[in-house]
Amino acid sequence: MLRNPSEKLTNAMIMIIIGSIALLCIVPMIHIFALSFSGNRALMSGEVFLWPVDWNLNSYKEIFSDMAMIRSLMLTVILVTVYTGIALAMTTIAAYALSRRDFKGKNIMFGMIIITMFFNPGIIPNYLLMKELHLLDSLASLILPIAINAFLLIIMKTSFSQIPTELEDSAWMDGCNHFRFLIQIVLPLQVPILVTIALYSAVDRWNMFQDALFYINNIDLYPLQLKLYQLVINSQVNDATAQEGFNSSTPIPQGLQSASIVFATLPIILVYPWVQKYFISGRLVGAVKG
Amino acid sequence: MQISTRQQNRLFTANRRRIAAVKRQWPLYIFMLAPMAFFIIFKYLPMAGVVVAFKDYNIFKGVIGSEWIGLDVFREIFAQPQFYKALRNTLMLNVISLLTFPVPIILAILLNELRMKWFKRLSQTLLYLPHFISWVIVGGMAIRLLATNTGSVNEFITGLGGTPIPFLEDSLHWIATYVGIGVWRHAGWGMILYLAALTGINKELYEAADVDGASRMRKIWHITLPGIKPTIVVLFIIQIGHMADIGFEQPYALQNGYVMDVAQVISTYVYTVGIQSAQFALATAVGLFQSVVGVILLLSAELVSRKVNNQGIF
Repeated sequence: MLRNPSEKLTNAMIMIIIGSIALLCIVPMIHIFALSFSGNRALMSGEVFLWPVDWNLNSYKEIFSDMAMIRSLMLTVILVTVYTGIALAMTTIAAYALSRRDFKGKNIMFGMIIITMFFNPGIIPNYLLMKELHLLDSLASLILPIAINAFLLIIMKTSFSQIPTELEDSAWMDGCNHFRFLIQIVLPLQVPILVTIALYSAVDRWNMFQDALFYINNIDLYPLQLKLYQLVINSQVNDATAQEGFNSSTPIPQGLQSASIVFATLPIILVYPWVQKYFISGRLVGAVKG
Repeated sequence: MQISTRQQNRLFTANRRRIAAVKRQWPLYIFMLAPMAFFIIFKYLPMAGVVVAFKDYNIFKGVIGSEWIGLDVFREIFAQPQFYKALRNTLMLNVISLLTFPVPIILAILLNELRMKWFKRLSQTLLYLPHFISWVIVGGMAIRLLATNTGSVNEFITGLGGTPIPFLEDSLHWIATYVGIGVWRHAGWGMILYLAALTGINKELYEAADVDGASRMRKIWHITLPGIKPTIVVLFIIQIGHMADIGFEQPYALQNGYVMDVAQVISTYVYTVGIQSAQFALATAVGLFQSVVGVILLLSAELVSRKVNNQGIF
């Protein structure tokens, strides 16, 4: 394939460039991983780079003995599961109804949904709504406000619309109704898009930070990312100000910080190789919609 | 006006047919019940909630009970230097980030030039990965790696006898770090769309160019780039449309007390003023200002896209 030496050389150069950029993406993560398994003395002397020095599990033992951390993890798992279920169910029924050919008011409803993608009233009206509905400091505040994502709904609707109308016609002839058609024909045919929407929703809530920061004050209800923010970012900011004499909080050891980063990221990194094709197909389907 | 019996009958059957259609489709109305309720409560009520910006909001009186005060709140924010600072920072960080727009394009073209399948696939996987790391974790990693006293990178630099670089503590360095981390997290993800566009280019064009003895650079310049031009234009226009909108998590996770002068953007300012200091009317007004500018920019982007590409974005 490669005809001459100069082409081989460019090829090697491109490989080196792409390879180093790819390494740049992964090296910080490996470094944090190595820090989390290293002993305190090795951490202090700064000799840990990509491989743990003085291997031990102390940081992880500390995390797993921290009840607040375990509680945050459990809470996040529950949140992600419940949210994904609700989001998937709501998006599916709406996408199904909107992808059928005729019913009165369909276009008005679809128009109303599209409009919500253009105008975002900002965070305070949303916060005040949560407040007036008495949803602050509840898990519902992290689930309900985004139970349907208009953008994902459109992706799903587009996909449902591709089911041939002949199939629907013949199903109706055989006495099928909407419920049976949805459950027995549409859903089995649409597994890839269902998986895509479920994964987007699950990752969104696993990584969710903003909503939790706004709506959750009760420390017992902190999801993982908020807990992590408090542990890894906030403590560091305090640490920096402490040196100027503003604050005397004890700094959190870097082994513990690294371990909690790994702890909260590992689930995503572990499932990532298997699920990335769904994310990419979802990204491509929705590409034009930005 | 008189209506003949025939017309009356026709109207009657038409009505009946319409009612019959609605009856047949009743499950669809049931399906739409919960979703529409969701959109009305959680999307449209907050839209109506922006009236708070024109009211003297009182927690006890609620949104509806509070008194109207017209544009006073807007006069107040336009008199505040912090508001201008947040606006300036938002625009500044977005404009500087816009300079990194070509990075995903370059990555996609480079990757496209690679012949080894396994290497291509492995690098792609690694390049997308940072997109799935939450901003809190990215922020935590940034501190772990880049802090002046304790960060690994600076320990490495001092270990080599250099002076530590204040990546996160000095304004100019912070801006560069902010933009760099944005590229780190998004370039691979942004690349996907260009890679997809690249597969759509007619292979015969390359073969014809080979016959003519075109070099690699010439092929990229005359075939590849024109081939993905529509994608580039659309994505560029979309990004311009989002100039006023910076998101919350990235600036919030990366900012710290030393760099607030450049790191306080509109979204974090709204949070500080609104939720932390409970000045709801003021923060709503700032948010409304940002949303209105955002809608204007997006609609202009749509118009420009229709002009340039003969096709809208939405």
